[in-house]
Amino acid sequence: MATVPPPPSKRRKLEAELRTREQNDQPPPSGNVRVRFVDRATNEQVGSTVAIPLAQATTKNLNVLLNSLKGLDDAAERVPHRFFVRRESTAGVSTQAIADGSDLHGAVENTEEEISLEYEPQAVFRVRAVSRCSASISGHGQVILAAQFSPASSSKLVTGSGDATARIWDCETGTPVSTLKGHTKFILAVSWSPDDTMIATGSDDSTVRLWDKKGKPLGNALKGHTKSVMSLSWEPYHIQEPGRPRLASSSRDATVRIWDAVSKRCDIVLSGHKDSVTCVRWGGTGVIYTASLDRTIKIWSASTGILEHTLSSHAARVNHLALSTDFALRTAFHDHTREVPATTEEKIAKAKEQFKNAATFNGEVTERLVSASDDLTMFLWEPSKSKKPLARLQGHQKPVNHVTFSPDGLYIASASFDNHVKLWSARDGKFISTLRGHVSDVYQCCFSPDSRLLVSASKDTTLKVWDVAKGTLKEDLPGHQDEVYAVDWSPDGERVGSGGKDRAVRLWRH
Amino acid sequence: MPQNEYIERWQKLHGKRFDYEERKRKRIAREGHNASEKAQNLRGLRAKLYQQQRHKEKIQMKKQIKAHEERNVKSSAPTEDSSTPLPQYLLDRSNQTNAKALSSAIKNKRNEKAAKFSVPLPRVRGIAEEEMFKVVKTGKKTAKKSWKRMITKPTFVGPDFTRRPVKYERFIRPMGLRYKKANVTHPELGVTVQLPILSVKKNPQNPMYTQLGVLTKGTILEVNVSELGLVTAGGKIVWGRWAQVTNNPENDGCVNCVLLV
Repeated sequence: MATVPPPPSKRRKLEAELRTREQNDQPPPSGNVRVRFVDRATNEQVGSTVAIPLAQATTKNLNVLLNSLKGLDDAAERVPHRFFVRRESTAGVSTQAIADGSDLHGAVENTEEEISLEYEPQAVFRVRAVSRCSASISGHGQVILAAQFSPASSSKLVTGSGDATARIWDCETGTPVSTLKGHTKFILAVSWSPDDTMIATGSDDSTVRLWDKKGKPLGNALKGHTKSVMSLSWEPYHIQEPGRPRLASSSRDATVRIWDAVSKRCDIVLSGHKDSVTCVRWGGTGVIYTASLDRTIKIWSASTGILEHTLSSHAARVNHLALSTDFALRTAFHDHTREVPATTEEKIAKAKEQFKNAATFNGEVTERLVSASDDLTMFLWEPSKSKKPLARLQGHQKPVNHVTFSPDGLYIASASFDNHVKLWSARDGKFISTLRGHVSDVYQCCFSPDSRLLVSASKDTTLKVWDVAKGTLKEDLPGHQDEVYAVDWSPDGERVGSGGKDRAVRLWRH
Repeated sequence: MPQNEYIERWQKLHGKRFDYEERKRKRIAREGHNASEKAQNLRGLRAKLYQQQRHKEKIQMKKQIKAHEERNVKSSAPTEDSSTPLPQYLLDRSNQTNAKALSSAIKNKRNEKAAKFSVPLPRVRGIAEEEMFKVVKTGKKTAKKSWKRMITKPTFVGPDFTRRPVKYERFIRPMGLRYKKANVTHPELGVTVQLPILSVKKNPQNPMYTQLGVLTKGTILEVNVSELGLVTAGGKIVWGRWAQVTNNPENDGCVNCVLLV
């Protein structure tokens, strides 16, 4: 038997600990590193190669440097950026993100080579994570099925409920503004028009109704569908005929109808799907995308109603569609400055510009589309270019219920019945991270307007706020008594509204 | 080939009798008459046995008829109940389980404070120690002292239980009377699920019986409801929930409970 030496005394242990700590405390790195800044979207270099002392290469300093290279020297004009180190090896090119507030020297292996730093701009404004329930408003007599904030501000929220009414809420005071009565069955979809003048509601009684923003009905119901209306989508503001907005509604009777919101007539009926149409999206380039239970996605011309493409790669029902420009189309000419242009021409010009900013990719205007399906996968499409998908996003273990693009068009978030939310790169469809935390089906998710945060609503009665860059849970928001069916983050980032089976609308804010 | 399949063998070799089908049809046609004759004329034990057999046959027959009837029903009603509003992404999905309804019903009930302390069976029959325990008198020493007891009622014994040395073991809980699972009914929904027992919380007879894990009528159990997918208000999965035994397990050979909500 070996003789075991006695354990070291406490004094010795402390001494040893101190020594290791001193040894681990490395001196600040010395030397310079040569850095080349490359725009992630266009792959173009900005400025010439710069030598930076490693000791000062924090993301904050890099940001100041990059802004000055771009000619933005004024502190008020500076745009925050996120940086990625590009690694080229035999296996291919990979990029590693540098977390905000950390140093470059952790990501650099040797200082001999020149480093390519890819950057992408972040929103100039910052949305604070919602952390508390500012109001829980009861009023609906049945479960809440849909919720949407007004595109102009976070002070108005409309919710559609199982009691056949929709209600408008004043979020500043947490009080009801008006009750939109008229439907005879439960309301499945609500949609605020992008210019903030009208609200459309689609119901199980197979009609669509229009209301002004105070809640007064505009004419009679739009009749035409023979089964319940599943989804609504307004014509983007910048391609509307001035004063004649149109609306697309998809229904379980396998058709999509395009309505003229002024004359209350059905313009075009898009028929071609063989099963109920779950989702409709009106793209900013004048096409309509529809997804159906018959496993196909169809693309229609909005002006003529002619079927342009059928995308059939999914093996099961398609649950949801999202466009990379969704946020820009929804908010039209509203933005974080809350300044609304005075004239219609200016409004259209601004809406067009915002759309262009959101849709520009490698210097050209293309909308991207992502579709979620019951076959556990999603496909990323660029319909204007090809009928073949760009990427197949695999990883979920149960049907994917909801997908959404981040407002800056860099991320895709997908909510699935396997309790997880996953984040994907919108550039190439590469998997980024899994957000684990929900203990039951995740129904919906929504990005904050600055794309730094994500909120998800689940069957497990909670909302959770996630940090997109880190892929971690930021806030857990319990409070609902039952399943949360609908969640929306207001376009100005102030509030999150949610509703569900417990019949109460909850408003969350920082 | 087994020895007793000589008929099949013969048929394979030589084929069936020419009148096989006809004979078979006639035998089936006569079956009713035979049954009726037997039912009318058999006497004594044979009659009793025959009635028992016939009774079982009739039960099977009725079940079959019922199954056929259910299959033939043509309903024009829509597939899902349109009275329960669901968001559009949950429409046309048939996997809505009872467990969820169960969860919300429990929550509604919890709000009613008065219901907190009431149990479905407020009073139970007292059980004397003589009935509960049998004195073990095997072996020379044990017989002399007679302090060893065998529990005559069903028990729940936790999974990590190890017996004490036989010399010191005062209570014996027979293996044959141990239960791990209970049939738990939700009182409002009428859903019954078999769930694992986690522990015995309270035996109203005697605190000692609680310690021993005796299952009698009125005993409060903790059952594992994690399969049902119930969730707390904070979004955590509910793991254990209490239930009260509603039957006499020693008579029935199973433990039936009602969930306390």
